[in-house]
This record gives sequence, structure tokens and C-alpha cells, in this order.
Amino acid sequence: MKMKLGNHILLIVGAFIMIVPFLWMVLTSLKSFTETMQVPPTIWPNELKFENYLNVFQSVDFLKYYVNTILLTLGRTLAQLFLCSLAAYAFARLEFPGKNIIFILVLSVLMVPMQVILIPNYGILTQLGWIDTFYALIVPGMFSAFGVFLLRQFFMGIPKEIDEAAKIDGCSFFGIYWRVILPNATPALIALGIFTILSSWNDFLWPLIMTSSEDMRVLSVGIATFQGQYSTDYPLLMAGAVMSTIPMLIMFILLQKYLVAGIALQGARK
Amino acid sequence: MLHTFMEGEVNLNSAIVSKKSKSKARVKNKKKKFSREAMWAYLFIAPTFLGLAVFYMFPAVASFVLSFTRWDGMTAPVFVGLENVITLFQDSSFIRAIINTVIFTAISVPLSAGIATCIAVMLNQKIKGMVFYRTLYFLPVVTMPVAVGMVWKWLYNTDYGLINYVLGIFNLPQPSWLFDPNIALISVIVVYVWMTVGNNVILILAGLQGVSKSYYEAAQIDGASKLRQFFSITLPLITPTLFFVFITGMISSLQVFDLIFIMIGDSTALLEPLRTVVYAVYEYGFEYSQMGMASAQAFILFLAILAITIIQFVFQKKWVHYDG
Repeated sequence: MKMKLGNHILLIVGAFIMIVPFLWMVLTSLKSFTETMQVPPTIWPNELKFENYLNVFQSVDFLKYYVNTILLTLGRTLAQLFLCSLAAYAFARLEFPGKNIIFILVLSVLMVPMQVILIPNYGILTQLGWIDTFYALIVPGMFSAFGVFLLRQFFMGIPKEIDEAAKIDGCSFFGIYWRVILPNATPALIALGIFTILSSWNDFLWPLIMTSSEDMRVLSVGIATFQGQYSTDYPLLMAGAVMSTIPMLIMFILLQKYLVAGIALQGARK
Repeated sequence: MLHTFMEGEVNLNSAIVSKKSKSKARVKNKKKKFSREAMWAYLFIAPTFLGLAVFYMFPAVASFVLSFTRWDGMTAPVFVGLENVITLFQDSSFIRAIINTVIFTAISVPLSAGIATCIAVMLNQKIKGMVFYRTLYFLPVVTMPVAVGMVWKWLYNTDYGLINYVLGIFNLPQPSWLFDPNIALISVIVVYVWMTVGNNVILILAGLQGVSKSYYEAAQIDGASKLRQFFSITLPLITPTLFFVFITGMISSLQVFDLIFIMIGDSTALLEPLRTVVYAVYEYGFEYSQMGMASAQAFILFLAILAITIIQFVFQKKWVHYDG
């Protein structure tokens, strides 16, 4: 009993440390600029300045950043869910020559760090004339070795009897994939969807390098350049940071059981 | 939820077994069906495989080749042999970047794993509000790293920051954090640990839930203390999970860019104490247009990651127990 109370105290202190930066971000976003330059700092804003949020939209084309980020995230995620699951189905269920070699080649991509492929990709995208377009932001992110691997592992766990039965009923390979495998794999598809949404939304290095005009800016690059322009105007910067992070925080809180299971699954494979 | 996934793992093994026994029976009708099935398989794999080949496999090879060239990104690359590598290892700022990267990883990964283990052990004791705590600890993991960097820069602010304000109340020294070259890197490490601890808590929690209760019952009968139980039962049995946490943690901490980029901002004074190898790749490739040099740096990083991963796998026999 005593021990549990001690645990709670330690966990609350820890949770407090985790949450303080978020609280400080929100509180600062509601203060006036002069108030943030006071010594000692105030904890609660003297006057709640909600107009800071509107000012963000007036200072930069924040709406555009938002739309761009949503398009990038949707494009990559929908494409990955479809393409990865299609390939994963072939690896999990179909027989064809060269299967193992192709699978090993796909897995080898997992080992290559992002920075290594960055420079040649800049060259490739320049050749294609894709620099500073949505093609550069979305197309290379549509393919994922991780996604193929994760879904294949899950598909192999779906009992084979179900697709054998569908085969006897005259279902095509695509029909089995579409009507048997996908409906039975929703937890894995949701988990991959969340991983892809998170990494696309928060992606920074790739859009930073592959785009240059303000029209193509995504939120992460947008608030980073914003910081360059208004380096000390913390209420404005924090309002931008709050608006950039809130969609992911809400998604996490709503779908956390899928995310947690997905992460645990990664640790479980040996 | 977790259960469905775990069942998937188990079924996977039985699927492999049944596949072997069925494969003989399959051979017979394979011949006439084979080409159609294979054709569909190639069709399903082709988009992903081609995409990975163009944007991942080919660039990985190209990066290796470009390491031996001088290239500005516009005109044709010129072959220069090992010149880039030799120049890099004589460049004191690159050496410093390597040292910074090593310090960053060597402190942040064990620290994050250690704190996460303590939290996970506490959460694993059928504690009330487990999901509530887990949610709070995980929030930083889903937060945009650029935003995290901005908030912490503000928290660390020497004059107006919250941290120094709190320290001032208790009459403690108020360092300049990011602007003190001696502790700038440590300050960023603290942020990185804050960002990653939640992910490790979830991994370790999953590992802990796989430890059978019977071990603890036996230990209790023998009169072993809680602390003793932790070191002789819990810790050895979660070593496979800890191994995974260390491997993936090292691979990602060696590649941190967003956080470093925001922390450095436009302050040239912070370049020396905070520059990591990845930041140097960005500088050379996209600020100085020395893409050959940047490729060499990226490839050195790649080889280092590969070497560390292999070494970890070799040494795992010494501390990882797979019999649980």
C-alpha cells in the first residue's frame, strides 16, 4: 500500500515534467509580447490574447501551410496503405520465382538512413523537374519497406482457410486481397496509417530540402522559418506551434490503443 | 488489441509449419497455375518495388559513388578518389561533429532507456490510472520535433525562461543553458530524452507484461526483497526488449536533425558545440553545395550505424537472455 502511494507520487512528478512544456506553450501563446519580456515571468497571462492566433494567419500564409501538410500526409498515407498492403499480400500468400530475393531486397531498404539517400534524391528530383512541387513532397514517400514488412507479418497470421474458401468460390487474387485480407487486417492497417500520418505530418528534413517557395511550405518548415523571422516574438511562435501540433495530439488521444499495440508489436518481433 | 497482435505472432509460426507440410501437395497443381499466380504477384509488388528501387536502393548506391567525387549538384561530378574522406578526417570541425554525435547518443540512449524502465516497472504494478499516465508520457513522442525545439528554446531562455525562473526561486544558479558552450549539448540531450522516453515506456511495458507471475511467487516464498526481485528476475527477463530499445534508439539518435536544427537556429556560436554529423551533411550539401563531400559524410555515418548495430548483435550474447 505504502509502495503504491510512493509510485503514484513519482509518476505524478514525472507526468508533470512531461506536461509542463505543453502548458507553457499554451500559456505563452495567450500572453502579450511585452508580458513575455517581464522579469520575473508571469505564470497565468494577465490578459488572454486570443488574437495571437489570428496574427499568425496574418503574418504568414499559415492556412496554405496547413493545406500543404494535409495534402502531403493524405497522399503518402493513402498510397502507402494501398501499395504496401498489395505487396504484403503477395509476399504473405502468393508463390512466385525470386520471392525470397525480392523480399530481402525490400528489407535491405530498412537499414539505409534517410541522410544517405537525400543527396542522390535531390539529383533525381531535379532531373524529373519535381523540385518544389507536390510530386517531390508525396511520391517518394508513397513507398515503404517498413509498411510492407509490418503488414506481411500481420497477414501471415490470418488463417489461410478463409482465403482458400474464397478461392473455391471463384474469387480472383485481387478479390481475395480486397474482400478477405483487408477486412481482416484493420488493426494493422490502422497502426500503419497512424505511423505514416505521424511521420508525414512531422517530417521536416525532406520538405526543407525538396521545396523552396513559400507556396509549397509545410507546417514544420513554415514554423521553422517563422522562427527565423520573429525570433523573439514567442507568443506568436507558440501560437503557431500549438496549431501545428494539435491535430496529431488529438489523433493520438483518440487512436492510442492502435498506436500502442503497433509499437508493442515492433518490439515483439525478434 | 495487443492480444490480436500477439496472436498474429503465434499464428505466424504455425503458418510456417503448415506451409512446409502442404508445399509438397502443392507442387502438383503448381505447374499449371503457377504462371498466373506469379503474374499477379509481380503485378502487386511492382509499384512498391519500383518506387523503392528508384527512391531508396539506387540513391543508396549512388551516394556511395558520389562520396568519391566533387559535385556541386549542377554540373557533372568529378572523380577525386579518397580526397573527401581524407579532407574530412583532417577537418577539426567534422571531428568535433563526430564527437558531439557520439556524446549525444552515448548519453541519451541509456538515460532514456533507464528512466523508461523505472516508469514502466511502476506502471506495471496494476496501478490505477495506468492509461492516463501512459498517455501523458507519450504525448511528446507524437509532437512535431520542430515545435518541441521551439518550446524548449523558450523554456531554456536565460532571462525570461521558466526553468531559470524556477531555479531563481530556490536560489539555485541560473546557467545560460543553450548559450553556454559547455552545457549546450547536455541541454539538447535533456530535450531528446524527454521526447523519446514515452516510446520506450510502451516497448518496455509490453516486455514486462510477458514476464510470468510464477517467477515472482517463487521469489516471494524464498523471501527475496522487491529490489532483489527486480535485479534477478525482471531485468534479465526483459533484456530482449531492452536490446531492441538500445538498437533502435541508437539508430535514430545518430540521425537526429530537426531538434538540432531548431536549437542552433541562426546562431553561429552554437554551431561548434551542437553540430552533429547529420547537421554537417545538411550544411555541406545544401548550404555550401558540396554534395560529394556531404555524400561522404552521410556514408561515414551509415557505416558507423552499421558497425554499431553489428557490434551490438555480437555482444548481445553477453547480456541478452532469450530463454524467457
